[in-house]
Formats: sequence, structure tokens, C-alpha cells
Amino acid sequence: MFTVKLFGITREIIGSPTIEIQATIGTVGELLNYLKGQYPSLKKLTSVLVAVNNEYADLDSSLNSNDEIALIPPVSGG
Amino acid sequence: MKSIQISETPLNTAEIISLVEDPNAGSVNVFVGTVRNKTKGKEVVRLEFEAYESMALKEMDKIANQVIEKWPVLRVAIYHRVGSLSISDVPVVIAVSTPHRAQGFEACQYVIDTLKETVPIWKKEIFMDGEQWVSAHP
Repeated sequence: MFTVKLFGITREIIGSPTIEIQATIGTVGELLNYLKGQYPSLKKLTSVLVAVNNEYADLDSSLNSNDEIALIPPVSGG
Repeated sequence: MKSIQISETPLNTAEIISLVEDPNAGSVNVFVGTVRNKTKGKEVVRLEFEAYESMALKEMDKIANQVIEKWPVLRVAIYHRVGSLSISDVPVVIAVSTPHRAQGFEACQYVIDTLKETVPIWKKEIFMDGEQWVSAHP
């Protein structure tokens, strides 16, 4: 089981600041596919990246249940 | 050498500039971002900023390390505000001290350009009749 932190538009699309994932998921790519299936509006975004333990992660990065995982929609600071 | 912060309270530009004072400096280059009153001709009422704070601080620290590596930067300060900001409020202040001015302009521009690309901070524009997360959709 994973908890995923959500920010900005992904928080609004999913409707909560975090989401618990019960599905069997091994990689960042699988997580994104799962969430885009559950929340199709995510597919309309310019991009959605995943951060694992506060670092941008590749699609083939593996996930562990104690990792800190976050969705990163297009950033717009400054 | 590096001062990095995400703040829920207004940024004090003079205080941030004083953080990069250095006797070896011949230049202090400062970028102050301000909230503009319109986007693509549409009137903006306010901006709401939020950050993934732990990661944002880490990414801001990486940018500070990069400018110190690429230019002879003496001190660098990167401050970003979160929360609800009105027109002309200051969401970001960057200050860089260097021995000579050309290096300072380049380093300061690198910090703001890279911050906009990599640091997980988001802003939502609030209009009279709606709102939108900036850059979220193509």
C-alpha cells in the first residue's frame, strides 16, 4: 500500500491532499497508469511527474511502501 | 553562503539583499518577482501559491549549488513565498553577490529560469469569473 501526496491541480482532480493506493504497483510508470485510469482528467494535463523521496523519478523507478511519493503536475513558481 | 527559504509571510527584500553582502563583492544582483494584474489580457484578482516544501527546498538548494559551481558566486539567497498574494505582492526574491557584475546578471537569471522549471511550487490565478492553475493544461 502506498500513500501519494498531491499538490495543485492533481489535488483538485483527485479531491484530497493524499491518496491511499491499495493496488499492486511496482514502478512509477505503473502508478501513473493506474491513477490516469482512475482519474482520466490527469491525462489532460501538460505533464504529470512523480517524486520519490523528494527527487524526480523515472518511469521505471521501483516503489517501496515506505517511500515518500508525490505527484508533480506542471510547476509554475516564480 | 546559501540562504534558502519558503515563507508564509511577506518577503523582506532589503533583509534578503543583506544576506548576500560580502566584502569581496563588486556586485549584488537582485531579481524581485511581482504579481501582475493580468494574464493574456484577462484581469487577475490574486494568485495562490503552494509548495511541496521539503522537495522545493531541496531543488532550490541544488540551484544554489549549481550557480556556485558555474559562476564565482560569493553568496546566494533564494526566497519564495506561498499563500494568497495580491497584485504587486512579491512571490520570489533572488539575490546573488559576485566580484563582477556580468557574472551576477547571468547567475541571477539562471536561478530564476531554473526555479521556474524544476522547483515544485504551483500558482493558481484567480479571476473575477473563475480560476486556473498556471501551465497545468497545454
